[in-house]
Amino acid sequence: MMSLWQSFVELIHELIPWLDGGIATVIIILIKGIALVLPLIIMMAYMTYAERKVIGYMQLRIGPNRVGPIGLLQPFADVIKMMFKEIIFPTKANIYLFLLAPILAFVPAVAIWVVIPLGEGFYITNLDVSLLYVLAIGSVGVYGIIIAGWASNSKYPLLGALRSTALLVSYEIVIGFVIVTVVMVAGSVNLNEIVEGQKGGAWNWYFIPLFPMMIVFWISALTETNRAPFDVVEGESEIVGGTHVEYSGMCFALFFMAEYINMIMMAALAVLLFFGGWHSPFEGLPYLESLFEFVPDLVWLLVKMSFFLFLYLWIRATFPRFRYDQIMRLCWKVFLPLTIIWIFVVALMTQLAIGPWF
Amino acid sequence: MTNNFSFEINSLLVALPEIFLLSSIVIVLIIDLFLTSKFRQATYYLTQLSLMVTGILSFNLIGHPETVIFSNSFILDNMASVFKVFITGSSMVAMVYTRHYLLQHSLYRGEYFVLVMLAVLGMMVMVSGYSMLTLYMGLEILSLSLYTLIAIARNRSIAVEAALKYFVLGAIASGLLLYGISMVYGISGSINISDISAFAHDPSINSRDTLILNFGLVFLVIGIAFKLGAVPFHMWVPDVYEGAPTSVTMFLSTVPKIAALAMLVRILVDGLGSMHDYWSDLFLALSLLSISVGSVVALMQTNIKRMLAYSTISHVGFIMLGFVTGVVSGYGAAIFYVLVYVLMSLAAFGVIIILNNKGYEADQISDYKGLSKNSPWFALVMLIVMLSMAGVPPFIGFYSKFSILQEVVSAGFITVAIIAVVFAVISAYYYLKIIKFMYFDESDKDETISAPMDIKLILSINGSLILVVGLFPDRLMNISMSLL
Amino acid sequence: MEFEQILFYLFSFWFIASSLAMILSRNTAFSALFLILSFFSAASLWLLLEAEFLAIILILVYVGAVMVLFLFVIKMLDIEDSTLRAKFTGYLPIGLGVAVIVIAEMSLVLGVDQFGLDVVPQPIRHASDYSNITELAMELYTIYVYPFELAAVLLLIAIIAAITLIHRPDKRAKKQSIEEQVNTQAKDRVRLVSIAPYKKKDEQ
Repeated sequence: MMSLWQSFVELIHELIPWLDGGIATVIIILIKGIALVLPLIIMMAYMTYAERKVIGYMQLRIGPNRVGPIGLLQPFADVIKMMFKEIIFPTKANIYLFLLAPILAFVPAVAIWVVIPLGEGFYITNLDVSLLYVLAIGSVGVYGIIIAGWASNSKYPLLGALRSTALLVSYEIVIGFVIVTVVMVAGSVNLNEIVEGQKGGAWNWYFIPLFPMMIVFWISALTETNRAPFDVVEGESEIVGGTHVEYSGMCFALFFMAEYINMIMMAALAVLLFFGGWHSPFEGLPYLESLFEFVPDLVWLLVKMSFFLFLYLWIRATFPRFRYDQIMRLCWKVFLPLTIIWIFVVALMTQLAIGPWF
Repeated sequence: MTNNFSFEINSLLVALPEIFLLSSIVIVLIIDLFLTSKFRQATYYLTQLSLMVTGILSFNLIGHPETVIFSNSFILDNMASVFKVFITGSSMVAMVYTRHYLLQHSLYRGEYFVLVMLAVLGMMVMVSGYSMLTLYMGLEILSLSLYTLIAIARNRSIAVEAALKYFVLGAIASGLLLYGISMVYGISGSINISDISAFAHDPSINSRDTLILNFGLVFLVIGIAFKLGAVPFHMWVPDVYEGAPTSVTMFLSTVPKIAALAMLVRILVDGLGSMHDYWSDLFLALSLLSISVGSVVALMQTNIKRMLAYSTISHVGFIMLGFVTGVVSGYGAAIFYVLVYVLMSLAAFGVIIILNNKGYEADQISDYKGLSKNSPWFALVMLIVMLSMAGVPPFIGFYSKFSILQEVVSAGFITVAIIAVVFAVISAYYYLKIIKFMYFDESDKDETISAPMDIKLILSINGSLILVVGLFPDRLMNISMSLL
Repeated sequence: MEFEQILFYLFSFWFIASSLAMILSRNTAFSALFLILSFFSAASLWLLLEAEFLAIILILVYVGAVMVLFLFVIKMLDIEDSTLRAKFTGYLPIGLGVAVIVIAEMSLVLGVDQFGLDVVPQPIRHASDYSNITELAMELYTIYVYPFELAAVLLLIAIIAAITLIHRPDKRAKKQSIEEQVNTQAKDRVRLVSIAPYKKKDEQ
């Protein structure tokens, strides 16, 4: 995968030899970006398909099956439908902010992918503080929802936005602390180095010393992406559809896409932080290692990510929605103390050099 | 991971008072969380115990050779240790009155004492700060605790307003101070007081460096003047004194002045001593304005807390005068003045707190009518305090003013000394007005004021100290003079 | 012009423009958003200075947390902005005067004469393997460990202060006591009364 990527970059250099210096770098980055975003959007589209299909089967239904063979073209039908729908502006809405909100939701969701490595040497940029970058840009995403709620000038969106602000700010603290434990184990805030620290088989992955943190991280990830059972921001049965009530057409689609891209990002982050990233689980095992050698990095990463994406759907089909105060209690009174205690546990483990992780 | 960081535990022993205080703050905070209402008083006693142990630990460090630790950001010298003893001691005294006040006004909460301890910690950090950064951090720890303490009476709008005013102006002052620090850092390349001093004393310093140092210096002085409440940066003082609960007013008007003085000494004398010609002019203007405005405006006050606020402003003016002289004995006189001021102010606010009845603030000057009939002992203490503040001879307030003026005259500022004396005489009027109310006016209400034994005891000791030290001021004077 | 210089001027322009827009905007929500934009521009400038940790932290803390809460408050408040503006114009002449004096002084002292490239040398570019965050950590946890601890104390005060001023043990709060719910027995909730059957006299 890495060699393919390298040759791709060289190809660009050959195609535009008259460019050099800063401009060439920018163009290459842009092309890299497009090469990343397009598959991402397709992945997102099929995530919606998978969601409907998986939940359908869990509820003993078939799910979408009309458009194309076994409904495979359904996402495209949805996209086309969305594009031709009218965008309705509420009368007293603040039009600039109303239009800005979906953009502010979508752009950070995509911008995070700049630093997420998909394989060894396979990334757009290798930022030294990439994990912090993910946190920082991830926290910007909340503005989309806040502004949408405020600019709509309508009560349900405002309630949804208020809920989401409090929720996201609270859970970001928890995620921050979880990431601190990962950083303590890995000794780096660079995602590449964190993954490299987990080289050499499944027992080197960080989910073993950080098992409670992994659980906390995943539950916080559900909250951060407003997914069931923590989707009080939308809460159809309570506040109709939260921040999305007044949005239609492509504006709504941007929110929708941002949510799914964030889901994929959280799954990728979980894999990178706790499940060895692109490393094969069989590294170091005498027979299995050579047997699975042909599998490229990216495939391992995608397989692991698929599990987490499936987990989203599984959880959504299984649990009823939490009440708002219960979510808050879970954050401040359960997760926060737990993560702080675990920071001390990790410090102790690091000091005593337990296991292969430190 | 390489580990190229090492320190010896032994070297940290000079910071033992701070370390102990911080640990006990955390412990008291946690204990307070689990206390049932029956044992609420435990927080108070634990606080007093922690402050006492901290004071003893600091006392043991007096005479310790001058030590600098934490990469030049913490200094332990005699001035630091003596100031720490005074800070913890006067905080303990303030706490005795405070408990009485809090119980009467149903403001008693564990956090109050924790915040006071944090403020004390901030002051100790300031006293021992040997880099701009630690000085600033100490100041912020102190200020943030004080803002909260003022707003703790959150049901009284006047208290919340005072807190907000103090907070906003304090933030501006911090900003100015930081800007000045950044200028000094930008040109000297260091935030350590010793490095800055070496840079400023360097004879080969060029005019550009002096210019920028001077630029930073102006902001530093303004920031400090804001915090001290010197005119023209005094607008917040009366409002905060009046609005804050009296126990908080007592605390914030007394103890932080010691820490602020230490900060002045560290930054301006230790750090920028060679720039004395530049900052002494600023100080001269500030102190003359403070003395005149403080004395004159206090005449028109009907609220005793506001009156004491303006009296504080004029006292601050006298303290700053000590720095104008630019000689060690002048700084010593300023230190003496501050210690005396704290002693007097504690007693004054102590009487005010005692006169508070349940839920009623005795903060009008007319409330003192006929006090000598109802409770002669408290009236006597108040008499001593007022005479001392006015600078009447046998009391200690006379010597503090006298030593400052002596230094000012010997430094050649005779006109300044005359102006200061004139305003001191003017200020005597409003101190005497209270005495007149207490002794020559009839009370309109007829109730004897009772106070718990501990407060009576502390107030009596406090009042008699003003007299006794006034009769034998040499000891305290020698201590103050030996600190620099 | 170097590409980096173009970026520098771009971000600087953005920074100044958005700061001005923040002050001049009449809508508080717009002001907050412009402030966020200026934070981003400042962060970009820091990135150009190879201070990536500071840049990211600026976005993480200010944009990600502080300004979110700010917008939260703006949403809750109904700010009457005509009264604010009335005072603004009243103070404008004084403010303007002070601002002009300060700017004049600052430009005299901090101008190119004192801080130009000929006086202060240009900082050296670091190699690409230079890690800003490692350097910062090394300084912070060794030389500046004392101020660092003090900053922790400051945050502790902030927490205590916030809780002290906001928390009210309010008896009106509708709270659910799960323990109580779980421990409830049928006899606490339902009272079974045995009443002997009888007939009314007049029906007989």
